[in-house]
Amino acid sequence: MPDAHSAGQLDTFPKLLARNAKMFGARPAYRVKEFGIWRSWSWAEAEEMISAFAKGLVLLGLNPGDHVAIIGRNRPELYSAMVSIQMAGGIPVPVYQDSVAEEMAYVLDHCGARMVIAEDQEQVDKVAEIGDKLPGLEHVIYLDPRGLRKYDHSTMHPFAEVEAKGRAEGDAADIARRCAEQGPDTTCVMLYTSGTTGRPKGVVLSNRNIVETSKASAEFDHLVGTDSVLAYLPMAWVGDFIFSMGQAYWTGFCVACPESEMTMQHDLREIGPTYFFAPPRFFEGLLTSVMIRMEDAGQIKKRIFDHFMGFAKEWGPQILDGKAVPGGKKLWYKLGGLLVYGPLKNTLGLTRVRVGYTAGEAIGPEIFDFYRSLGINLKQLYGQTEASVFITQQPDGEVRADTVGVQSPGVEIRIGENGEVYYRSPGTFVEYYKNPESTASTKDPEGWVATGDAGFIEPETGHLRIIDRAKDVGKMADGAMFAPKYVENKLKFYPDILEAVVFGAGREMCTAFINIDLLAVGNWAERNNIAYASYQELAGHPQVLATIADHVAEVNESVAGDEMLSGCQIHRFLVLHKQLDADDGELTRTQKVRRRIIEEKYSDLISALYEGSDRISTETEVTYEDGRKGSIKATLEIRDAVVVETGHKVAAE
Amino acid sequence: MMDGGSFVTPDGRTIGDVLMEVRNITLRFGGVVAIKDISFDIREGEIRAIIGPNGAGKSSMLNVINGFYHPQDGEIWFRGAKRGPMKPHAIAHQGIARTFQNIALFKGMSTLDNIMTGRFTKMRVPWWQQAIWTGPAEREEVENREIVEKIIDFLEIQAIRKTPVGRLPYGLQKRVELGRALAAEPKLLLLDEPMAGMNVEEKEDMSRFILDVNDEFGTTIALIEHDMGVVMDISDRVVVLDYGQKIGDGTPDEVRGNQDVIDAYLGVAHD
Repeated sequence: MPDAHSAGQLDTFPKLLARNAKMFGARPAYRVKEFGIWRSWSWAEAEEMISAFAKGLVLLGLNPGDHVAIIGRNRPELYSAMVSIQMAGGIPVPVYQDSVAEEMAYVLDHCGARMVIAEDQEQVDKVAEIGDKLPGLEHVIYLDPRGLRKYDHSTMHPFAEVEAKGRAEGDAADIARRCAEQGPDTTCVMLYTSGTTGRPKGVVLSNRNIVETSKASAEFDHLVGTDSVLAYLPMAWVGDFIFSMGQAYWTGFCVACPESEMTMQHDLREIGPTYFFAPPRFFEGLLTSVMIRMEDAGQIKKRIFDHFMGFAKEWGPQILDGKAVPGGKKLWYKLGGLLVYGPLKNTLGLTRVRVGYTAGEAIGPEIFDFYRSLGINLKQLYGQTEASVFITQQPDGEVRADTVGVQSPGVEIRIGENGEVYYRSPGTFVEYYKNPESTASTKDPEGWVATGDAGFIEPETGHLRIIDRAKDVGKMADGAMFAPKYVENKLKFYPDILEAVVFGAGREMCTAFINIDLLAVGNWAERNNIAYASYQELAGHPQVLATIADHVAEVNESVAGDEMLSGCQIHRFLVLHKQLDADDGELTRTQKVRRRIIEEKYSDLISALYEGSDRISTETEVTYEDGRKGSIKATLEIRDAVVVETGHKVAAE
Repeated sequence: MMDGGSFVTPDGRTIGDVLMEVRNITLRFGGVVAIKDISFDIREGEIRAIIGPNGAGKSSMLNVINGFYHPQDGEIWFRGAKRGPMKPHAIAHQGIARTFQNIALFKGMSTLDNIMTGRFTKMRVPWWQQAIWTGPAEREEVENREIVEKIIDFLEIQAIRKTPVGRLPYGLQKRVELGRALAAEPKLLLLDEPMAGMNVEEKEDMSRFILDVNDEFGTTIALIEHDMGVVMDISDRVVVLDYGQKIGDGTPDEVRGNQDVIDAYLGVAHD
């Protein structure tokens, strides 16, 4: 990187901001689509706005060390507000904006937030609802005034007003003094883990954690100031903080915010980011929608698509990795690019992607290869909040679907005796806020952190392979290894299957819950004139069950091929009558399956799977978006799946 | 009743003077009397509901206000002046916009273009200049587009900006139609059963939008609605019609307590 990054100077966000405003003042820092037009703020404008708002916060009484919660979707004002908070000496705490009031109450109370910056009426209402549980909360600042005019304004302030007041009356010298007091050990941000188990924990990350990690990872992928990203993932998620804040401030690239959640795909296409991150779910969903559209396409189009996609599957990844490929194949691939790959990438908004990452969960190899065969440099990384994201990542040219790459720069890894992965890095978190026991049980005195994932390092390549969550990997009744996620990922490759949960620890056979993908299955039903009135009815349709049974049989065949895991074949399954949902606590806010909760909640279904009955009636509680509860009743059919006989014997039923 | 002067609603909005008054309106189709000697007023800034059982004359009343039907007897006063017989488009120019019970959008056109048609009454540049896209025409288009974009943002329909409305679900089409009516920046907005055929969630959304329109733009709204729950929740005053006659007029609470209304609309209780 250039000399401007002279060591020791650029160790906080306010300092990076000052550098960016000085060095690339006219370049865009933020873009946002509003009223149908992309508007942008230059770094110079951003600095002016950020310091004005910081002064406004000080006027409201923000003291160094205070926590300020940020609730809303990705907006330049909210990103810049985080830096304003830091300038004023406070600690930003971004909160998942789709949390229900009760979850939000826990976080706001735990961090003792004195102020909340909320995006709109929806979020303000939630905060108001839990207001009496939060004695420490003094001010609510809101961005979008719509619908809020009649609210009690004694402790509520419009964002623009705080900013304007700070600009007019604020004390710049005070801000400068507060900024000067901060260093690498000052807390940069506090992020709450999504909590696959138990209550969320507040992960305290210092400036050193974030800035060092951003620097190292930006260098690893050669990110530069002219790169661009689309910020659409939850602001409360550590990845977004690193990509849209850390790396953006370090390299000075532009962060674009979509117009609304619904328009993300369209905005992606308009922005054409060069650096893109998405969870496997996104890539799966995108692939599903492409496949559905191709099903509906004309004969000729479909045949051209099928031919070139088949060809790309064989040669695309090799061409992308720069391996030697026969000239004829290269030429044919170019033609494919003209006819299929180019237009497809353009439609998906991925034409300019130079570095693409996926993480959070394992991605199906077929899905991964699909994107790589199109020539998109999609890579995997492995990380967690406690590591400021990066633990391992894949270097260009060493990309494989089944590994998560080599150690990120500065990270040390070791594998524990039980197979659990441990790491130590400059990004390793300071502590869990107000929770010394958890801190001590996660991070040892030497700084090694337990990831909770089981894995091993491939001796030949040095790549890390993750098998499953350490606590999920178990043994079946006969001692064979049980790794549910391995099987679930295989199932989820099918566009029809949105989510799968496999059971079998301590049992003599494996069984599964399946969630159908309404988009894919609904489209199939439409094409085949299959009438259905509800998700539940579609999920229970005999033809749907038959299709899923075929998928399960195919997965069993593939699982049987792996000697170590051949015991994980699915013997019986059912298709759930409702979609697993974060509002019901079944998934985390980052859409990961919460196995324990599902096991408890659907214990009747699980016992039916193992008892051998054909059908089971059940009643399930559901939570609506506004927090009200209801229940749905259903009778589910349980199917047996075709299992491949291997050396591993299934105990007689 | 609240005669003369402004008043303040329980939720703190100030309702102004009379914006529109219909006096002794009678409308006949041949021998059928659709509306018989009805008078009521609509005040500036209020949400005024017209309710009644099927065939009570609600839609006819809206069509009279809108200028689509011409009553045989009675007077209509709008903004302090008596209104003579006028064509609907002239009334639209006066600042009255409406939505329809059975959505009347251009199915093949995008959401954006549909809402843009709502700006028709505000376009000043002659058609031939628009055709050759001269400077003034372009400027005007940009100005109008800005207003339309604000409405799109307001109604949260950014994601369907370019989607032909024929492909949209019913609830969204209703929202687009509301958008088109709003584009005319009306003084008085008439909504003909804005919630008909919607599910609970869509009804809640639509109620929210109606309240927000009233609150943000200060638009006076007169609406016809079947769903009593919705009417009672969102309107300031309610007129009740039955067989073409007015049988009640007042705040939702007053109307709810009115025995004639209970008998006619909500049904007579059987002992």
